[in-house]
Amino acid sequence: MRIVPFGHVLLLAGLLFVMGAFCAVTRRNLVMIVLGVEIMLNAAGIAFVGSALRWGQLEGQACVFFILAVAATEVAVGLAMIVFAYRKTGSFDPAGYNQLK
Amino acid sequence: MTLYTCLFYVLAVAIVTTTGIAITQRNLVHAVIYLVFSFFGSALLFYLLGAPLLAALEVIVYAGAIMVLFLFIIMMVKMESIEERMPPLGQWLPAVLCGILYLALGAVVVYTAPGSEFPLQTAMATPVELGKYLFQRHWLSIEIVSLLLLVAIIGALHLGKRKETGGTEEP
Repeated sequence: MRIVPFGHVLLLAGLLFVMGAFCAVTRRNLVMIVLGVEIMLNAAGIAFVGSALRWGQLEGQACVFFILAVAATEVAVGLAMIVFAYRKTGSFDPAGYNQLK
Repeated sequence: MTLYTCLFYVLAVAIVTTTGIAITQRNLVHAVIYLVFSFFGSALLFYLLGAPLLAALEVIVYAGAIMVLFLFIIMMVKMESIEERMPPLGQWLPAVLCGILYLALGAVVVYTAPGSEFPLQTAMATPVELGKYLFQRHWLSIEIVSLLLLVAIIGALHLGKRKETGGTEEP
């Protein structure tokens, strides 16, 4: 059974990646920035699974497995750092972290 | 136009729509809930593309663990009451333009690549196959990832610990 050309999977992954990057770049809230990074990692996973099917290799799916682990690690440490920064400054705005001035 | 083609496009529209709503929400809790739907769609897409183990892991890890962690943090620090400053137009317009430019370039590159017109055939890597492959070919990486998770646990605990002594105590 045929699904779709590989290019469509890549385009979907690229669109999701750009949306995640847009969220990470323009939002002024640390939690939304980390959410944007999560969307980008998920988009990379979609591209990996599509290419695993395209070339019939399991290597792509193994990569997604490690992306999942790294995403979980990143979000755990990232949210702990956000809570730490919130206790220091009382704000989630990245522009508020200017204590070195 | 097979059933799988329709399924792919419906899933793609659902994922992009929910993600688009999520990244433009002012309310963080709503954004996280929309992203849960987006990740469920991604899990279905993984299943459609022949990765059932990854689909299960996506639901468990992304839609389950990570998003619940986000909700937990948002509710723990009462973030609903915090008003987010929206950036001025001059700041997010370049981001939009760069995104559109790269998407257009990517579309051109993808469509002119050789072999891009052949449709993918359905195939399925069973969880047993993927598990055996991972633990036979990538056992060292698995160990490194487990070490990384351990380091992350210790780091998160250290960052989250309230210090009893010290001059820079929070109110």
